[in-house]
Amino acid sequence: MKYLDEYRDAGSAHAFSRAIHNITTRDWTLMEVCGGQTHAIAKFGIDTLLPKAVRLVHGPGCPVCVTPVELIDKAGEIAARDGVIFCSFGDMLRVPGSKVDLLSVKARGADVRIVYSPLDALEMARQHPDREVVFFAVGFETTAPVNAMAVYQAHADDVRNFSILVSHVLVPPAMEAILSAPGNRVQGFLAAGHVCTVMGFDEYFPLAEQYGVPIVVTGFEPLDILQGIFMCIRQLEEGRAEVENQYTRSVSQAGNTHAQRVIREVFEVRDRTWRGIGEIPRSGFRLRERFREYDAETRFGLADHRVEEPTECMSGLILQGLKKPVECPAFGGPCTPESPLGATMVSSEGACAAYYRYRRVQAKDAVPDQPLPLST
Amino acid sequence: MCLAIPGKIVEITCKDPLKRSGRVSFGGIVKQINLVFVPEADVERYVLVHAGFAIHTIDEAEALRVFEYLRDLGELAELDPTSP
Ligand code: SF4
Repeated sequence: MKYLDEYRDAGSAHAFSRAIHNITTRDWTLMEVCGGQTHAIAKFGIDTLLPKAVRLVHGPGCPVCVTPVELIDKAGEIAARDGVIFCSFGDMLRVPGSKVDLLSVKARGADVRIVYSPLDALEMARQHPDREVVFFAVGFETTAPVNAMAVYQAHADDVRNFSILVSHVLVPPAMEAILSAPGNRVQGFLAAGHVCTVMGFDEYFPLAEQYGVPIVVTGFEPLDILQGIFMCIRQLEEGRAEVENQYTRSVSQAGNTHAQRVIREVFEVRDRTWRGIGEIPRSGFRLRERFREYDAETRFGLADHRVEEPTECMSGLILQGLKKPVECPAFGGPCTPESPLGATMVSSEGACAAYYRYRRVQAKDAVPDQPLPLST
Repeated sequence: MCLAIPGKIVEITCKDPLKRSGRVSFGGIVKQINLVFVPEADVERYVLVHAGFAIHTIDEAEALRVFEYLRDLGELAELDPTSP
């Protein structure tokens, strides 16, 4: 496909790999923020193309993985009510709550449906005026305008039986939380390209300056990621800490201002709990007062309750770049994609699932310093 | 989750600015996509699509930058006697 396949060219990937080897003189630890990038790195074996001195750690950029347990529980509670059609992106169905996941709620008779867009859920609400249709609005800034638009349209067309369960998180506050944590090892960031497609990258300048880290806005294909790594290491080797944009075909500094306007109109910033990490100030969205009637928590009168994480899961450390999935004792044993203990094993963008899927064979057979052939 | 894929607009089906939408082809598979966030994008343009919405037009001139960057590096590498 155009604008996809050309960025998977093995020859160019190896050329980038050589260029990275040429400029690297010291150990560096970089974090790719986005789960989509983590997935691509595992799938295409990108880290096997890098010098040993360059270590990639995987960031918190998987919205499925950081949705708090209590919200999964609330989703299950709403879905189980009479007359509700509960709609969600497919990834959320197997994420374990404190007792059950949405799939088992569905198996007990709840009407849980997978949709591709929140507009599909809105359409369902129009078609079933006698039912309450709830959409599980999970995502980062990339998905925020889409979910905001669904609410905006419901409001404009007075669709009263539609609501969203909001689990929206913001990337720059999480990057700041990682950088300011004691024990942080991240020296440079690949910022999440599609988040910046919507938001632009003005927010990263103060972070790069204050924490002295290079931040390179990076795309999702193998060549994008390799170029992003090259640009980041070049900055580190030259002692610079600047914001650069690798993903120029899809990201401008200002971002998509039309999308930002709708986000601002519908959502406001709030403090948010991230699964496995804890509360991060001003790192999430909730509906503004004017749209609060579309908030499923308000509509279904759900009281706040706190739930503890299962202790054996170390996904919080993985999401902060402090551990790798294979360092978890449960990895591949008690915890697999079929019976996940933590959310990072569920979503294809979760680091544990990406490692499980692409690494189990490679980990045994990998020949050091011999890059894997890139294939799709 | 933040996956977005490039597709080509083949037809604008609704011009209402609040509901602007059209048919977008992803390597031959055509889907109805909301175009409110890319009011400037017309037929034949490539857009980046996420969850049923186009979130950006793809800048076709910029799309070659990765390869230009690599070519420039290649020229630098040839000048560098330590490179393989
Ligand atoms: S392997 Fe499973 S238990 Fe271990 S951190 Fe990953 S999700 Fe949690």
